[in-house]
Amino acid sequence: MAELQFREAIRDAMDEEMARDERVFLMGEEVAEYNGAYKVSEGLLDKYGFKRVIDTPISELGFAGIGVGAAMNGLRPIVEFMTFNFAVLAADQIINHASKARYMLGGQLNTPIVFRGPNASAGQLGATHSVAYDSMYAQFPGLSVIYPSEPDDAKGLLKSAIRNDDAVLFMESEQMYGLKGEVSDEEDYIIPIGKGKIKREGDDVTIVATGKMYHIAKQAATQLAKDGVEAEIIDPRTIKPLDIELIVESVKKTNRCIVVDESHPFGGLASEVGFLIQREAFDYLDAPVRRVTLPDVNAPFSKPLFDLWLPDAKEIIDAVNAVTYRK
Amino acid sequence: MAIKIEMPKLSDTMEEGVIAKWNISEGDKIEAGDVIAEVETDKATMEVEAFDPGTVLKILVGEGDAVPLGGIMAIVGEEGEDISDLLEEANNANGGASSSDSESEEKSSEKKSSDKSDKKEFDPILDDVESGKGKKEESSEKTSDDGRIKASPLARKMAEDKGISLTDVEGSGPDGRIIKRDIEDYKPSEAKKDSSVQVPSFASEEDEEIKISQMRKVIARRLSESKFNNPHFYETIDIDMEKAIKARAALNEISEVKISFNDIVVKASAMALRKHPEINSSWLGDVIRKHGDVNVAVAVAIDEGLMTPVLNHTDKKTLQQISAETRELAGLARDRKLQPEQMEGSTFTISNLGMFGIEEFTAIINPPNACILAVGAIRDVPVVKGGEVVPGKRMKVTLSSDHRIVDGAKAAQFLNTLRTMIENPLAMML
Repeated sequence: MAELQFREAIRDAMDEEMARDERVFLMGEEVAEYNGAYKVSEGLLDKYGFKRVIDTPISELGFAGIGVGAAMNGLRPIVEFMTFNFAVLAADQIINHASKARYMLGGQLNTPIVFRGPNASAGQLGATHSVAYDSMYAQFPGLSVIYPSEPDDAKGLLKSAIRNDDAVLFMESEQMYGLKGEVSDEEDYIIPIGKGKIKREGDDVTIVATGKMYHIAKQAATQLAKDGVEAEIIDPRTIKPLDIELIVESVKKTNRCIVVDESHPFGGLASEVGFLIQREAFDYLDAPVRRVTLPDVNAPFSKPLFDLWLPDAKEIIDAVNAVTYRK
Repeated sequence: MAIKIEMPKLSDTMEEGVIAKWNISEGDKIEAGDVIAEVETDKATMEVEAFDPGTVLKILVGEGDAVPLGGIMAIVGEEGEDISDLLEEANNANGGASSSDSESEEKSSEKKSSDKSDKKEFDPILDDVESGKGKKEESSEKTSDDGRIKASPLARKMAEDKGISLTDVEGSGPDGRIIKRDIEDYKPSEAKKDSSVQVPSFASEEDEEIKISQMRKVIARRLSESKFNNPHFYETIDIDMEKAIKARAALNEISEVKISFNDIVVKASAMALRKHPEINSSWLGDVIRKHGDVNVAVAVAIDEGLMTPVLNHTDKKTLQQISAETRELAGLARDRKLQPEQMEGSTFTISNLGMFGIEEFTAIINPPNACILAVGAIRDVPVVKGGEVVPGKRMKVTLSSDHRIVDGAKAAQFLNTLRTMIENPLAMML
């Protein structure tokens, strides 16, 4: 085990895969000479040169399209977006081409591409720079969506994503790049896509949380434990495909479920998990499934409003109190 | 009024900044917009500007020191101002003693939670995000207005497995919802004792879904069409059966086949139809067809539904022939051996539920007929004869008619003819 920052874990994953397979290359704004907007790709240019670490102009649609074309022609690009908020400009390439090419061409080619970068809000950046896109992309067949919460998951899953023969969206967070955590130093460490993980065991309530929200759930669970409520936290790690079996197993044990989701309420991960649980574990529920999400309101810029807007541990605790019928 | 200069957020990801250089010293006068320091973030070195004018009263951190986001770097105000409060705050905020550290953290989280409790009011997703605070319902009323018992799916299942009746359990959840712990804590002796009658809980029986047979489909389609498209009206008469009963008894002494009351009704109807051809008609959309033949169909109940075999030239047949043929057709119907031609060409239909003790009913017209006769049971009733109440035998028949073809008076005339026939069986011999 080695203690690594989130950004280092991602860098190691890319480095190992680039060393292993010369078809893998990285492109995006500032990834080469500047070592990455968030220093994720530090040192990769020196190691692999301009042919495999490529600075692009500010043109999301353009370079995402180049990536999709390269993937169709046998390379394995990693396309870094400075944030997924900017990737909206490339949505046509992601949604209409990367996700559909293999299907529409009857399997004659595929698109082994990874789109990665920060997702969701990172403090007071205003409404257009604070959107969580994981649930939206999970809508589309042909795309996998990964949103890890810890360096170890990030490393093992990014390696899987790079080796995956279809398009993967790999979501990170500006606020987690500096987060440190133990990372397995197993050689060629791989975590399969679509496998969740029980990150805290408990009998009283199941809390499902991913990405940045996992850390808020962890705070809530620590607080709840002081009151004698043991929460089980499940981090799906992958939004799509979703490891619903793991969640259902846990709910069968705890009889209640809270889903914490950084998306707006309509049609997000929380709605999907809630629906699947009532379908798969109806007779095991002692309370309605509750979700803790953003409100149906765009991100405010003002600090007090922003703090109100983002889910926090207090809201999770309130939700747990409600489903456990504690006064 | 002294103010704090705090470490600003200079990049999205910065958690702390390092003072690279101070451009001011204590005692300096500064204006808003002056560059007072250079700060290194995780990305770059950036200039920090003053927001307010004033005199620099205190610089709290040295060059090369790291200051957390929001940490106090300096204090600006009017010369000679007392800033001891701010100094203490700065000491805490910048990580003075660790004990006060956790205290202030607690305070700030407390503050945050009280901020949050107002969140409900402008949160559009009330059902999920609201904290549930102040929503405590002290209601122990566990049934809603519709009398349903509220229980979580898990509690329902547990109660079923343990054979506990939910009506005996006090729910402790919201609106008296029965939840897991209520079932776990339930002791039979504690069953609610009130004066009302205890309703035992019954296990649910399985529902069964039956495939719809071709016959049911046809019945459903044709009778719906008839009932919804043909304007039905109904007329009922009560027929005196005394003479018919006697006549039938006499006939059965000599007949080779048993004559039933239904045979008598069939024969009488057929003869009445011959006299009232408008009843023996069909609506064809652009014309009304008065049928030359009188072909009475008899409704026969079988397990899968209903069949209407036809007695052709009914008015020309004797009671014996009608009896024998009806029997034969009913048998074929029950064995599902009726040929299509034995079910086609009816001009009138009779449906008899007398054998089930039905007093009277209305039948749906069997298309393309204009009318159908619904026959009830023969009843012992007191009747008035010559001013005296005496025992009588009566049978009600109801004629359903398609008003497009038949009017009320015509139907009544037909019924009166029918009554005459049945009440005077000898008339059928004429």
